[in-house]
Amino acid sequence: MVRLIRSGATPLLGGVVRPHRVAGLGFAAALVGLSIGLVVSIVLAVTLGPADISPVTAWRIGIHQFWPDAVSADWLAAHERIVWHIRLPRALLAVLVGATLAVVGTVLQAMVRNPLADPTILGGTSGAAAGAVCVIVLGWVFAGAYTLSVAAFAGGLIGYGLAFMLASSSGGLSPLRLVLAGIAVSYLFSAVTSMLIFISEQSQTARIALFWMLGALGGARWDQLGLPALLLVAGLVYLLSQARALNLLLFGDETATSMGIPPNRLRRVLFVVVALLTGTSVALAGGVGFVGLVIPHAARMVVGSDHRRVLPLAALVGALFLLWSDVLARLVIQPRELPIGVITALVGAPVFALLLRSRLRGSDHAR
Amino acid sequence: MPGNNSEACNANPPSIRAGPAPLSLTLSEITVAIGSAEICSEVSLVAEPGQVVGIVGPNGSGKTTLLRAVYRVLRPRLGRVVVGDDDLWELQPSEAARRIAVVVQEPRSDFEFTVREVVMMGRSPYQSPFARESAADRQRVHDALAHVGITALATRSFSTLSGGEKQRALIARALVQEARVLILDEPTNHLDIRYQLEVLELVRGIGVTTLMSIHDVNLAAQYSDHVVVLQGGRVQAAGPVETVLRPEVLEPVFGVKVERVARAGGRPLYWFQSCAHSQISPGRPDS
Repeated sequence: MVRLIRSGATPLLGGVVRPHRVAGLGFAAALVGLSIGLVVSIVLAVTLGPADISPVTAWRIGIHQFWPDAVSADWLAAHERIVWHIRLPRALLAVLVGATLAVVGTVLQAMVRNPLADPTILGGTSGAAAGAVCVIVLGWVFAGAYTLSVAAFAGGLIGYGLAFMLASSSGGLSPLRLVLAGIAVSYLFSAVTSMLIFISEQSQTARIALFWMLGALGGARWDQLGLPALLLVAGLVYLLSQARALNLLLFGDETATSMGIPPNRLRRVLFVVVALLTGTSVALAGGVGFVGLVIPHAARMVVGSDHRRVLPLAALVGALFLLWSDVLARLVIQPRELPIGVITALVGAPVFALLLRSRLRGSDHAR
Repeated sequence: MPGNNSEACNANPPSIRAGPAPLSLTLSEITVAIGSAEICSEVSLVAEPGQVVGIVGPNGSGKTTLLRAVYRVLRPRLGRVVVGDDDLWELQPSEAARRIAVVVQEPRSDFEFTVREVVMMGRSPYQSPFARESAADRQRVHDALAHVGITALATRSFSTLSGGEKQRALIARALVQEARVLILDEPTNHLDIRYQLEVLELVRGIGVTTLMSIHDVNLAAQYSDHVVVLQGGRVQAAGPVETVLRPEVLEPVFGVKVERVARAGGRPLYWFQSCAHSQISPGRPDS
């Protein structure tokens, strides 16, 4: 059973980052429940779409891929192609990107002690997109199949780096300056991306630009999933090993120092991890926004701020969120599709506004 | 030392299991600068094992900056900080954290931790990356919460606590850290009188080598073994309370008139009067 314990009211974030706690065994049960929910959701997502395919058929097609003799192929070849080569890799990509962005957002918020931090708002997403578009347009290939990912990683590093540099002063990172700097960097790199696309005179420029601005999962292929899956797992393991350090960072730099965690040394490592994860997800799914902002807060509302709980929970919830956002993006105006970033922004922008309002109210109190 | 308990006072807090033996803390000719501004100049002081050393001085005299050099936030430009027999700045960060605990207010955070989580952070210098909290860790936290008298607040959100409750939680965190030296920066700031006394009683009761900055000269006199007077980043006087906290020393440092009132069986009391009317009255330029 999941037990919710409500703690005392907080005056600052008006109920947005208030700890309701899932305690003890409840947390393990919640993770197992969400994992089962994720598998069920993937099967459902695979059956939803213009072509009518039942969950049973979807399962049978899936089993057939591993054990061809276990089930006889009594379905259309087109359906097999849709389920196995289009919808399933797409659903898995949604899961990977959703989990990755949620983890990135969680870590960014701890790095800068700011509830408004998120890969889109801090310039990482648009930087990564600009990096990727740059190599596409210029036709550079320097790392084989991973050229796009490497370029997106480099772009992400530059994007985050610029935002951090603009916001830094001798007194540390001012939260509001960081948000403003991030927005400026985002606009700059979005403009660079658009300019490159339109200069390149490719066909369907508008569609390509939309991909990098708002994201899309339609191009998912099996052979693209390995690298992001590996990086997500490796990143999560590393971050969980640093979970206590992240807690200390979130609590405050002086506390972290006094507990033996030099905060700026840790930030430099996290910076690279975060850029790497942002880069891989942007290279494959474009600029999907707001997942990294909303999901960490949702996770903290349930389990508090301890990263040993927040990180796995955020990853699972992020995966579920983006999976269902993609289903919606496919279904709302079918057979055409909405860019997935439209759906995530419709959910994320109001949450951001809410956070910003309470954040500003909070800083008024502080003065 | 305050001794006489009246009926208005609660019983003494339950005694806490003694941690490792306290170590001496020696600052020798520490110079600390922020950017090009030298905040502390050639500060030397010694805290013997178990001694409580208070640092007093006017605003901007470098108290906080000096302390930050002792808990490894600011590396001194010159000089050494020695804990026991080792140079603090040559220790591994985690080893330094096992020796020195800090009670300092962080800027307000938007993220919520429960009081128990905050106190458990004190165990982090001892925990390996993936290890869960041990039963012994949980027992230490439980004991520390009981010792500072906030067991009932364990599941409350830390940011919703009052100032005095926060200080108690941070002292509990320092207790579970089992450090040999305790640093406190203005532990009585924004606290009412009762909380001020309770927090300082708690600090004295730990029995660990303590270095604390403190605004209130009377509190410094009551609760310190030795006192260091800072002005403009330099030590003006240092030593036992009786020899250091004299009107002749305090008057030029704080720019006020000081009267010392001896008290039978206890530390003296200090009474202050402004002597700077000329600088406050309007329309007269500073000379």
